[in-house]
Amino acid sequence: MATAVPMKPPAPQKTKEQDWTKPQAMAIPKDGYFKLQKGRYGPIYPRTPACHGFTIIAKIKPGKEDMVRAYGHTIEKAIADMPDALATLKLHYLRWVLFDIGQDTYFMYQGIFDTNFDKYTEDAVALFTKYGVNTVFENLEGFPEDWKTNVPAFVRFVREHQCPSFLEYGEYPYVTADEIKKALKLKAAFTEMLDLMQ
Amino acid sequence: MAVLQHSVSDELSERTGQTDLLDFGDIQHFLMSRPPARAARYEFLTFRSAAAARAWLLGMIDKVGTAKAVGSSILDSRWVTIGFTWNGLQALGMSEGSLFTFPEEFRQGMAGRADILGLTGTNHPDHWVGGLASPNLHAIVILFASNIPERERCRQEHERYLRKCDGVELLSSLDLEAIPPFDYAHEHFGYRDRLSQPVIEGTGVEPTPGSGPPIKAGEFFLGYPDEEGPANGLPQPEILSRNGSYVAYLRMEEHVGAFRDFLREHGDTPEQQELVAAKLMGRWRSGAPLVLAPDKDDPSLGADLQRNNNFSYSSMDPHGYGCPLGAHIRRMNPRDTAVNMNRRKMIRRGGTYGSPLPDGAPEDGKERGIAAFVGCASLVRQFEFAMNVWANDPNFHELGNERDPIFGTQDGTFDMTIPKRPIRKKIRGLPAFTTVRGGAYFFLPGINALRYLASLNDGH
Repeated sequence: MATAVPMKPPAPQKTKEQDWTKPQAMAIPKDGYFKLQKGRYGPIYPRTPACHGFTIIAKIKPGKEDMVRAYGHTIEKAIADMPDALATLKLHYLRWVLFDIGQDTYFMYQGIFDTNFDKYTEDAVALFTKYGVNTVFENLEGFPEDWKTNVPAFVRFVREHQCPSFLEYGEYPYVTADEIKKALKLKAAFTEMLDLMQ
Repeated sequence: MAVLQHSVSDELSERTGQTDLLDFGDIQHFLMSRPPARAARYEFLTFRSAAAARAWLLGMIDKVGTAKAVGSSILDSRWVTIGFTWNGLQALGMSEGSLFTFPEEFRQGMAGRADILGLTGTNHPDHWVGGLASPNLHAIVILFASNIPERERCRQEHERYLRKCDGVELLSSLDLEAIPPFDYAHEHFGYRDRLSQPVIEGTGVEPTPGSGPPIKAGEFFLGYPDEEGPANGLPQPEILSRNGSYVAYLRMEEHVGAFRDFLREHGDTPEQQELVAAKLMGRWRSGAPLVLAPDKDDPSLGADLQRNNNFSYSSMDPHGYGCPLGAHIRRMNPRDTAVNMNRRKMIRRGGTYGSPLPDGAPEDGKERGIAAFVGCASLVRQFEFAMNVWANDPNFHELGNERDPIFGTQDGTFDMTIPKRPIRKKIRGLPAFTTVRGGAYFFLPGINALRYLASLNDGH
C-alpha cells in the first residue's frame, strides 16, 4: 500500500547574492564598475562579496604625520564613549594606514561598509565634522578647504583619490553587518534558552 | 485655506534686530503658504528669443503672488507663480558665468537625472508628455484661482497676453482642480493629504504635535542660514539667488482602477480592503496613522491635526507591526529612525488633475493623477536623496526587494512586506499604481530676482 508522502515545497532558488554559504571572489574592471550606474554625486561602485568599500590614498602635508597618527587615539576614545557614533556609515571595518614612498608619507583610508558611498555622503560629511575627523582630512594635500559646506568638492576629492580594488573576496559573501549582528543575537538567545531548559 | 492669515505681516512688524528676518515681500508665495485656491493651471512655456522672454516676464512681475500678500487679508481670487528651468535662465540671456554658479543637478535637469531618481521603464523621460523632457522647456507659470470659472478667466487673460508676446509660446498645460468630497484635501486613491508639513522658522506658525521643531529658512529659501549654518555657495549674483527656491515638479498619473482591483484582490471585505490600503500608505485613507490606529480606522483621529501626526517609529513601532517598514509615509519621513532629518525636510505643493473615477466604476482609461512640487534649497541633498535613498532603493531598511509601494517605480518585480505576528505577510510583484508622465526642476526666483532677470542684456 502506498502511503502518502508529504510533498516538500521546492527550496527557493538562491541568487548568487543571497547565497552566503559559500565564499565568493569577484574580479573587478579597472574603473571599479561593470556597468556605469550613476549616483547623485557620480558613478557608484557595485556591491561585491566584500560588500561596499573604498580605498583612498592621499599624500599628507609634510610634517603632519604625527598629527594624523595621533588621531587614531581620538577615534578610539570617541567610539569608547559612544559605540554607535559611526552607525550611519554602516561600517564593517576601517583600516587607516600611513606609509612612505621615498621622502613622502601617504595616508590610506580603507573602509568596508554596507551602503554605497554615494547614498550617505552628506551624513558622512556631517559625522566627520561632528567628530573632528577634519584633522585628518585637512592634512591631506589637495583637500578642499571648504569641504564642510561644499559637499560636491569633498566628493570630488574622494573620487579622485579612490583606488578601486581589482579583486574582492568574501568568506560570507554580501552579508551585512546588521544581519551578522542579528544572527549572533539569535544564537545567544537560543543558547540561553537551551540552558534554561536543562 | 491660507495658513498665514494676518500672522506674517504682523510678525514682521513685531520683530526687530533679527538678522535672519524673512523678506516676505520678496519671496514668492508658493512655498510659504497655500492660497485658498480650488483650481489651478500649470502653463509650460518656451522662449524663442531672449528679448521676448524678458519682455513677457516684465509684464508678469506685478501679478506674481508674494508671501506677504498671499495669506494676508487682501482678498484676491487669482495668484501667479513663476519658475524657470536652467535652460530657461539661459534662454533669458543669462551670462555663462552666472549660469554655471547654479548647482550641477539643476543644470542637468530632472530628465538628465532620471536614472539617479529611479525614473526607469514606463517612468523614463522617453515616455514623458507635454514637452517636459524637452530642452525647450524654459518656464512654468502657475495660475491659481479660487474656482474653475476664475481659472478660465486667468487662462484667457494669459493667452491674450502671450499672443502679444511674439517669441514666447505655450509648450503645454495642465488644468488642476480639487475633487469631491471637498471637506478635506485628498487625491484620486482617496487618501487624505497634507497632514505632515515642515514649519519654517520665522513664520510664527506652530508645528502640529509630532511634526518636530520649526526648520531654518535656509533649508527652503536661498540666502538664509540653514540647519548647518550660514548660507554659502549660492548662485551669483546675490540678487538672483536671494529669496529663491528650487522645486522638483512631478506629474504622476494614478491608476485608480488598478489600485481598487488590488485592494479587492487582497481584502475580502471593505474593512480588509481599507487595511490593505492603509498598509501601503502607512495611514488609513481617513488620515489616521497606523502607528496610532494599527487595527481599526479612526476617522476622527485622521481629521485631528493635533493628534494625527503625533507619533514616531523607533520608540512606538520599531518592527513595523503598525506601519510597515516600507510603507510610503515611513519612507518619505523616517522620523526617529534616520539621522539628520532636519536636513531632509521638503515642502510639498500641488493638486489633483483629471476627472474623478466614481466608486464602483470600471477603469475608464482617462488620465488622472496628482501634479506635485517638492520645494527645497538643495535638490541633490533633499529631493534627490528622498527619491534615491528612500523611495526607490530596493534595500531601504534592508527590505531587500522593495520600493515605495505607491510612488516608487514599480515594474511588477518588487515586493511589499507587511510585518505580522507570528509570520509576516509578503505581497510579491506589486503592480504600478502610478506612472510618472513628466517632471522638471525649476528655480523660483524672488521678486527682485525676477526684475533682475527681466532687465538682463544678452550675455550679461
